[in-house]
Amino acid sequence: MPRSSRPVIRVENVRKTYKDFVAVDDVSFDVYDGEIFGLIGPNGAGKTTTMEAVEGLRVPDEGRISVLGLDPFHDVQMLQQRVGVQLQEAQLQKRIKVKEAMQLWTTLYNRKAADGDRLLEQLGLAEKRNAWFMTLSGGQKQRLFIALALINDPEVVFLDELTTGLDPQSRRAIWDLVRGIRERGKTVFLTTHLMEEAERLCDRVAIIERGKIIDMDTPDALIRKYCPERAVILATDDPTAVTRFSAIPNVDDVIEKEGKITVRGTGDDLVTEVIRCISENNIHVTDFRTLLPNLEDVFLRVTGHSIRD
Amino acid sequence: MLRGLLQLTWIEIKVFFREPLGAIGTVIMPVLVFVLLGKFGTRIAPESAFTTSSIFKVDVPVFAAILISLNAVLSLVAIIAIYREGGILKRLRATPIAPTTILTAHVLVKLILTAATLILTIMAGKRYYPVDAHVPLISFGIALIICTWSILGLGFVIASIVPTARFAQPIGAAVLYPMLALSGLFVPISSMPPTLHKISSVLPLTYSVSLLRGIWRGDGWQPHIGDISALVIIFAICMALSSRMFRWE
Repeated sequence: MPRSSRPVIRVENVRKTYKDFVAVDDVSFDVYDGEIFGLIGPNGAGKTTTMEAVEGLRVPDEGRISVLGLDPFHDVQMLQQRVGVQLQEAQLQKRIKVKEAMQLWTTLYNRKAADGDRLLEQLGLAEKRNAWFMTLSGGQKQRLFIALALINDPEVVFLDELTTGLDPQSRRAIWDLVRGIRERGKTVFLTTHLMEEAERLCDRVAIIERGKIIDMDTPDALIRKYCPERAVILATDDPTAVTRFSAIPNVDDVIEKEGKITVRGTGDDLVTEVIRCISENNIHVTDFRTLLPNLEDVFLRVTGHSIRD
Repeated sequence: MLRGLLQLTWIEIKVFFREPLGAIGTVIMPVLVFVLLGKFGTRIAPESAFTTSSIFKVDVPVFAAILISLNAVLSLVAIIAIYREGGILKRLRATPIAPTTILTAHVLVKLILTAATLILTIMAGKRYYPVDAHVPLISFGIALIICTWSILGLGFVIASIVPTARFAQPIGAAVLYPMLALSGLFVPISSMPPTLHKISSVLPLTYSVSLLRGIWRGDGWQPHIGDISALVIIFAICMALSSRMFRWE
């Protein structure tokens, strides 16, 4: 949950078009101090355009944006001193060394820089200090970009599609890093099309689709709101089980198939009710798991299509 | 911000020399052309003709100098296109560095390379081109820097319009090399048809050739104020154009 209700980013009715294409349409949201806020949606939904407008790299056609009290476009140099940016699909000079990039970035900021060597160490890049950028793996490049985004000890960190193209292991390592950024009291604004990433990292998310924000809340609240269904799948040889489970309030249906029983219903209490029923009736259960909806299901529900389409 | 500019310039120079092809094309090639021309020239021309011919005494050094300059500009066009396509320009722009500082660093790199290549060329060509004691090498070097700086302005215009990094080098070459034909280096401008004459008068190479030739001959700066002014004006026009057309991504 946000640690304070002070917005550090305020986006009001922003609209951006490219010729006939409306990339961002009347988008408004606030990002609070100390939270991880995620803009989530499929590729081409307007996430990057929105983020780059907030970073001062694009001018919106309409609307107002304020970041740390500054106008990102007009005060861009002043703003850049206080924020850290990781861009989607950015590259560095192929043959620049990791330590040279760190040195260069250090000189670009007036602020007292974070300890570059320590950052590299924390990000597991210490032994790559003399390596050329082009020789780094995808995960190492991303970690270097995170290091560069943190070099000025920024107040707000922007992360655009941070883990796209990374293997699951690197992805998890980077998630830990991002949580670490929040632990240090920074605000993180990120975009992702990976619902698992959003669910695990973000305090609050805004779902964006075709340039419009559809809804915005904590991942849990969104799941409760759009996908209240729960399901329990269990295996039992008790012939009375189906009737007993069907009698539980909030249970919509009970399906028995190939020795497995699926109990579907709504509400957070469903799982407890099923367990109580099993225990009260001494039903012998050999397998038990729950099927809870996630942000992916929320996305499907609110947009009518899967995020992967 | 000066620290940022110097740091970026220094890193770009190091990065440049780590790319063998770029270094060979920009630095080694002009030196080689100059030396081979010298070797070739001394073989086919009798000694007396060689030493008296203004072609070998003046125009070959000027030609070599112009090649150095054009190579630097072509390399700028290619680098800007590659950096744009790779998102490097955009990444740098998302820092407090002023966008003009990023481009200034690239101009500085190219000017430094031009000067270095010129020095190398002169050292390598000493055997074949007995340089008269009165040839003002330092002034010639300064003149070449001025010319390169002006042509780099045109380089930015080309860099603004090339669609992708793949096309940067060929489009750059297609714009820059034909200018050589109209520069007055091979064909006197006075003998050109009026249309070509006019085109020639708006090209930076024309003034570059005139300036470099004059300085090599020992003219001094005074008679070439016109050339330098033209080069400055061309640079200003090019920068005004490219500041409107330049794309960072």
